[in-house]
Amino acid sequence: MILPSIFYMSLGSLGSNKLRAFLALLGIVIGIAAVIAMMSIGRGVQKLIVNELESIGTNLVFLIPAEPEEEGDRWELLTLADLNALKNKTHNTSILDAAAEKNWQGKSIRGDKDINGNVIGVTHNYDFVRNIELESGIFVNGTHLSQTSKVIVIGSEVKDELFGKDVAIGKKIRIKNSRFTVIGVIKEKDKNDWGDDPNKNSYIPVTTMFQTLSPNQSFNGEKNIDWIMVKATSHETVHKAMAETAKIIRLEHRIKGDQDDFIVTSQQEILETLEVTLAAILFFLISIAAISLLVGGIGIMNIMLVSVTERTREIGLRKALGAKKSDILIQFVFEAILLTCSGGIIGILLGYLAALGLNGIPVGDGNLETSFGIDIALIAITVSTIVGLFFGIFPAYRASKLHPVEAFRT
Amino acid sequence: MFFSNIGMLIELSGVGKRYDMGTMAVHALREVDLRINEGEFVAITGPSGSGKSTLMNIIGCLDVPSSGDFYFNEENIKDINDSGLAKIRNQMIGFVFQSYNLLPRLTAQKNVELPLIYGNVKNRKDIASKALERVGLLNRSHHLPAELSGGQQQRVGIARALATEPSILLADEPTGNLDSNSTREILEIIKDLNYNQKLTVILVTHEADVADLAGRTIQMIDGKIVRDESKENILSNP
Repeated sequence: MILPSIFYMSLGSLGSNKLRAFLALLGIVIGIAAVIAMMSIGRGVQKLIVNELESIGTNLVFLIPAEPEEEGDRWELLTLADLNALKNKTHNTSILDAAAEKNWQGKSIRGDKDINGNVIGVTHNYDFVRNIELESGIFVNGTHLSQTSKVIVIGSEVKDELFGKDVAIGKKIRIKNSRFTVIGVIKEKDKNDWGDDPNKNSYIPVTTMFQTLSPNQSFNGEKNIDWIMVKATSHETVHKAMAETAKIIRLEHRIKGDQDDFIVTSQQEILETLEVTLAAILFFLISIAAISLLVGGIGIMNIMLVSVTERTREIGLRKALGAKKSDILIQFVFEAILLTCSGGIIGILLGYLAALGLNGIPVGDGNLETSFGIDIALIAITVSTIVGLFFGIFPAYRASKLHPVEAFRT
Repeated sequence: MFFSNIGMLIELSGVGKRYDMGTMAVHALREVDLRINEGEFVAITGPSGSGKSTLMNIIGCLDVPSSGDFYFNEENIKDINDSGLAKIRNQMIGFVFQSYNLLPRLTAQKNVELPLIYGNVKNRKDIASKALERVGLLNRSHHLPAELSGGQQQRVGIARALATEPSILLADEPTGNLDSNSTREILEIIKDLNYNQKLTVILVTHEADVADLAGRTIQMIDGKIVRDESKENILSNP
């Protein structure tokens, strides 16, 4: 086989001008390193977002009131009646449970200490729907709701701020003009990127909230709530749960046209939107990195053209000794590919080091976990081979067309 | 005419070579007729620009005639494609160059192996070693060209030309860059190849004493053969 011998020739030719070869490679090195770093970071960010969303629960459907586009159209806010309709299992098959919340912002006070935070009025099983884990005590239950008990479950930071290391359960907190008894403390949670620190949240029965913190807000004689969360039976039934939710609420609100006064969305949809956005940003960044690959490729082409001119005699001699056009073509293409691949390998190492260096830096409230994989390295090697092939073929073609008579010229 | 074809290796009939240089046309060869038989030792002489190198290039299948016909081993070169010509150069012709044309990064051994690679020959190492042995350089086979004297480099060049067992040795001023000692060495080797191994040798030179070695001398001026003398003829015509 003649190919291995030609490959060996290409390898030998590369060593002849190491500095020049290295300088020609820099573009490829930088390009590949940048692409590798971008891909590693991108994967890390993706992981970060998915992790945070999954900590809330992947099979959640959100029901939010929405004002119709046209003014004057009748619309309703969400009420506990809507929640009960959703909880009624006879109308649906994919809804596991549902819970509502109503938010109030303000100060919680104990003695001379106070903390600003979200006080959330919740319905029965809210903790189940939202995957809330308790550090100690119990969560708001049906009895608390029906008796409009003045009880409160506090977040870990509220507890730390107001009670320090003391036991909180059974003690009283004052909010606005009411006094609440602490019945539970929530486990400390990682902060997420949107909304407030969940550790500053406190939870009271929504019925109690209607009476104490926001007594005046009402709609059609019924107390309204901010939004409803529906838990689908599984990850797979989320889309069905969304459809059923919409159907039930349209019925509840007696909507006849196609103008809904609510929005149904899901964790998955939010995730998908974020992923698409992230992919677009990454694509943009990688494209910029790829431009340096293009420039690097042109550098390789330039250096190969110089090399062909310099080695006219050698090429002529090889032809005089019996090298076919294809033999010369293959030798020079091999040389270009060897150049870009060695650039690719250096680039992979640099990119990997960059990804390693950026690993663990804080992003938002979390830490970036860059992710480098063999697949990324394989892509990089493939890309550098293609660059070598693409930009090496023209100089190699020029070399193969040289006339053997050149060998005699002195 | 019929019997003269026997053993004929090279036949040029009305061969012309024209180079177009912008608006001017340069006629490097004009209507050249030439026959060379197997086993001949031919010296081509002439002043520079007389067309002797062009003639060499055509005989060596490095270039093709602009007009006329060139038969190599009774095959018209016109009918052979590019890779076919490469094959002829590889298998039938051994080139020896004035400036040796060894690849500086390769050892003597590897330089000699080069045509064998393109011919896809097996046992390259053994064949190359034998070729180096024939020119008395086996002990230098792992030296780079830069580590060899001019005469030694040219001997490597000859070994490379011989490696593929060609029918013709084409030498273009092979001693042009050498001192008189090395010149004698190289000419001894070439003479031996012709006399004892019956290898056809075509040698381009402008030195009269080098041309004297040959059995036949062709002199060229202005792209034409002006003299074609064989020693036998001189001897047979008192």
